[in-house]
Amino acid sequence: MSKTVTLTIDGQTLTVPAGYSIWEAAHQVGINIPNLCHHPALRPEGSCRVCVVKVKGARNLSASCVTKVAEGMEVSTHTPEVLAVRKNIVELLLANHPRDCLSCARSGNCELQKIASDMGIRKIPYNYNRPPMKKDEGNPSITRDPAKCILCGRCVRMCSEVQGIGVYGFTWRGINSRVSPAFDLPLDKATCTYCGQCAKVCPTGAITIHNDTDKVWAALRDPEKIVMVQTAPSVRVGLSEALGGKPGDIVTGKMVAALRQLGFDKVFDTNWSADLTIMEEGTEFIHRLKDGGVMPMITSCSPGWVNYMEMFYPELIPHFSTAKSPQAMFGTMLKTYYAQKMNIDPAKIVSVSIMPCTAKKFEAQRPELSASGFRDVDVVLTTVELGQMIREAGLNFQALPDEQFDPLMGVGSGAGTIFGTTGGVMEAAVRTAYELLTGKGLDPLELAPVRGMEGIKEATLTIGKTRVKVAVAHNLANARKVCEAIKAGNPHGWHFIEIMACPGGCINGGGQPISLEMDTPVKRQEALYTDDRNLPIRKSHENPEVQALYREFLGEPNGHKAHQLLHTHYREQIRG
Amino acid sequence: MTKYARLASAADLRKVREGAKHKIVLRRYDRQPSDKKFQILVCGGTGCTSSGSKSVRAAFEESLKKHGLDHSCEVVTTGCHGFCELGPLVIVYPGGNFYVRVKAEDCEEIVTKTVMEGKLVERLLFQGRTGKTPRKTYKEMAFYSLQNRLVLRNCGRIDPEDIEEYIASGGYEGLAKALEMGPEKTLEEVKASGLRGRGGAGFPTGRKWEFTRMAEGSPKYMCCNADEGDPGAFMDRSVLEGDPHAVLEGMLIGAWAVGATEGYVYVRAEYPLAIHRLQVAMRQAEEMGLLGDNILGTDFCFHLKIKEGAGAFVCGEETALLQSIEGKRGMPRPRPPFPAQSGVWGKPTVLNNVETFANVARIITDGAAAYTSLGTEKSPGTKVFALTGKVTNTGLVEVPMGTSMRQIIFDIGAGIKGGKKFKAVQIGGPSGACLPESLLDSPVDYDSLTAAGAMMGSGGLVVVDEDTCMVDLARFFLTFTQAESCGKCTPCREGSKRMLEILERICDGRGKEGDIEELERLAHTMQQSALCALGQTAPNPVLSTLRFFRHEYEAHIHDKKCPAKACTNLMEYWIDPEKCIGCGMCARACPVNAISGEKRQPHVIDTKKCIKCGTCITKCKVQAVTRR
Repeated sequence: MSKTVTLTIDGQTLTVPAGYSIWEAAHQVGINIPNLCHHPALRPEGSCRVCVVKVKGARNLSASCVTKVAEGMEVSTHTPEVLAVRKNIVELLLANHPRDCLSCARSGNCELQKIASDMGIRKIPYNYNRPPMKKDEGNPSITRDPAKCILCGRCVRMCSEVQGIGVYGFTWRGINSRVSPAFDLPLDKATCTYCGQCAKVCPTGAITIHNDTDKVWAALRDPEKIVMVQTAPSVRVGLSEALGGKPGDIVTGKMVAALRQLGFDKVFDTNWSADLTIMEEGTEFIHRLKDGGVMPMITSCSPGWVNYMEMFYPELIPHFSTAKSPQAMFGTMLKTYYAQKMNIDPAKIVSVSIMPCTAKKFEAQRPELSASGFRDVDVVLTTVELGQMIREAGLNFQALPDEQFDPLMGVGSGAGTIFGTTGGVMEAAVRTAYELLTGKGLDPLELAPVRGMEGIKEATLTIGKTRVKVAVAHNLANARKVCEAIKAGNPHGWHFIEIMACPGGCINGGGQPISLEMDTPVKRQEALYTDDRNLPIRKSHENPEVQALYREFLGEPNGHKAHQLLHTHYREQIRG
Repeated sequence: MTKYARLASAADLRKVREGAKHKIVLRRYDRQPSDKKFQILVCGGTGCTSSGSKSVRAAFEESLKKHGLDHSCEVVTTGCHGFCELGPLVIVYPGGNFYVRVKAEDCEEIVTKTVMEGKLVERLLFQGRTGKTPRKTYKEMAFYSLQNRLVLRNCGRIDPEDIEEYIASGGYEGLAKALEMGPEKTLEEVKASGLRGRGGAGFPTGRKWEFTRMAEGSPKYMCCNADEGDPGAFMDRSVLEGDPHAVLEGMLIGAWAVGATEGYVYVRAEYPLAIHRLQVAMRQAEEMGLLGDNILGTDFCFHLKIKEGAGAFVCGEETALLQSIEGKRGMPRPRPPFPAQSGVWGKPTVLNNVETFANVARIITDGAAAYTSLGTEKSPGTKVFALTGKVTNTGLVEVPMGTSMRQIIFDIGAGIKGGKKFKAVQIGGPSGACLPESLLDSPVDYDSLTAAGAMMGSGGLVVVDEDTCMVDLARFFLTFTQAESCGKCTPCREGSKRMLEILERICDGRGKEGDIEELERLAHTMQQSALCALGQTAPNPVLSTLRFFRHEYEAHIHDKKCPAKACTNLMEYWIDPEKCIGCGMCARACPVNAISGEKRQPHVIDTKKCIKCGTCITKCKVQAVTRR
């Protein structure tokens, strides 16, 4: 069916699908052509020119990432001329790049640094004379250092083409060209959702995650403080990559052990509050369905998505579930339920969360998330930052024993764990809502149509006599399509929609380890499905610790106390 | 505003042509002066408008009214004649008396002498190179008589804001004929003509059209690149200002041949007059049913829009231009896909430049065979050049392809100004090459230029004399390309910066061993790996000057001398004591009091104080001050 093309690369004959780039074809035979502007998650652009190769008969060298294979093509990927030109291009980039590698946030996993090292560049033949540029550190999530930008345009393509926003663009011309938000606005004035996908694709230290590890170290040092930590579902399938492991490793036990060794007083599981979210959100949905509330209802766990809706579709706010995110619910419960139960002064608690997410840092600072009388969450660290703390402490992570979460807020169901992937919140909600409405368990338990990496997924369920249509979207360009459909009168008749800001969901969040492999998100997703299958409890409403919470503290889901502590509100964000 | 009646057929068009012939008949050179009717043509190109042709026109009208001649003598504003340095230009018909540098106060004399008495106003005639041989008409001027003005045939001859004058001159006959021939035959004719794109690369126009005709997708677009960006080049502007319908007709024929129904003219906003004339032309063509729906009563429809560009040089590159039409930042993208497959809004698109379109109508009316009779085998037709720099006659010059550079510069351009020596000619704009004396006799066509390491580009010709430093010239062009780089690809953005740095330090006297080799290395990187033609060709001025004038680079680097004595850091001003008469003019004029000396005694320049402004040279009456 699909056509193929036969070509030679460095004397090897190979057959690849038509439409492959030379870069992809070379990759298949084990030749990794260096590049800086290309990224597997993005449309190739051909702008850095580091990946040039010699194609027989072509007038100039060809950028392999954008040159398609052709029948009979003869490609040489490392002739002396090709290597000389590549080296010169990298020298040119280095010449205009700050020489502070040792203290750079990306030191050790900088793509520019690696290429320079691979090419054996020992001397930069040109002077550094780029005019000074201001860092943007004005928001809790993302730090921009334009001096380190090599203008590869990955962030531009990510934000405009994948996320459909377009915060970044190229401005100025010639050597003064730069990537910046419109009018050079700082990100907190631009329409940035803090999803952090730009930082994930940036090859250098030009876009990095705001680092909060110092705050945590300070809290851990403070004898007056009781430092407690929650860990989001996706962290357990991402952390290993930051510590020498592979994508898809499930390292829950080692992670708990590491956190204890770092000095956290209690180590808990956000899966627990994911289950709690399902109880609240699921109940809210059942009420809306029964009482004719605003439909379709849309999930509100993803803080990048919440920012997006508040900025771009404030008229759809009534569709949002008022349930707080699992992070925020956990924070509130820690300083109310847990403090009360354990007889701890909540003022002494430092509530830390480990998240795969950069927008969570912003969410934690929302003034309305303080129902306990304190900040629900004091410090948010990303998976990457936790990895750094573990390395800093010198722990041999891969050799750590598996340990268990602390009780009361440490049991999570399989439904809670799949919160980390696109479709997971919906699947978890359906497992519970179906059973609460029909009294019967869902069979099969796994909701296949909302699994996988399709951009917008749909499923229809018959719950009792009601047919319920659900939809799942991930990445913000798809979110926009869903919002437009709702504005156009919801022609698909959706009742319940799950949206996550990041492509693939939290497993591929802005705070997860950087990966240049196309299949990394899929491996992490599969790991969460595996974790779900292996857990003894797979439905949120069966979580005994959540049941205990309602019994001993909250009363009914969506009841008065629950509403006070576990629900929130949204308002239009106007930036600029 | 005149309202034109809609034409329902080719026969209607021909009727209009017959009816409008009287408008231009006086402008035939074989027409003998009569005492009945006159026309005064005042140039309304950008150059002449800047030098005051609007007030000249007003003065003519006032004078004619005063003498009661306003009914028998008409004042017509035309497009550019291409000899702008002599503007405002005025021609009086019949007879075609050609007056230069006409001021408002001269108009009364022209009316009373030339119009009323049939006499010449000698002082306003072009006086020739020697200044002593007045030329009555422009047929007597070598600048014009040695040209072969086909693309420019109507420029300066018709009122570009009156479609009937264009039709009377044979206009839209090419379109009418193409509609009769059918699209396939029209395309075949253009292919047979061998017409090559005048925008620079010289790609065969017929083949480009054929690719678009074959491509899947609808609608198809026919677009015109009027983003003329080379410094000093203004042929496209002149054609748009002087003969906008020729461009429209070319686009219409192209649209018909490829099956395009939509189009854009991408023209820089710095060309307000060209935009205005184009708008007027489009409105008139629409009124007459020559543009829009059911053109000349057929099923052929073509809708055209003007897109004003903000003036980025890189938007002349086709993929950047297409991005800009879509409202995006003008940044080139890799090809393939070529615009023929995926152009504006992802649809099959033809993009040709103004001069290319201006050639098309004649190919259809006169046939491909007539077209190929001019020019060379592989580069048929004519080419318009913008001749500038240190040449006596500057302006627009149209010659058959294959004419030698020597003929253009020395015969039409009348050689180097001020009796200086020719040094080089830069062809092809800032990314072209500098050719030395030894290559002056090679023919100017696409392939010969490429063989010489140069390129046609849009046709800018900058002539430089012995006083120009070739390193400084390369630095000048690199400054331009560096500033105009879109910033997308590394070799162009960073490479041009580093090349420029090296050139600046060589000119400054800080050049060092290895600089030439580093320039060559960077040039090679840019040529081989830059994304678009801007970056790939930006090193051309450096490489060509290195090839032909390497000794100048070496003199700067090794001897810290500028052979042309143009680089201020590498030369000093000096008063020859043998020649100095001690008049003190230089000392009084010196802004920093660097010159001292007793009266009637040789003066001396204190080189520590001297700021090298050159005022002393201009003040010295005995040429005692020199650069050394």
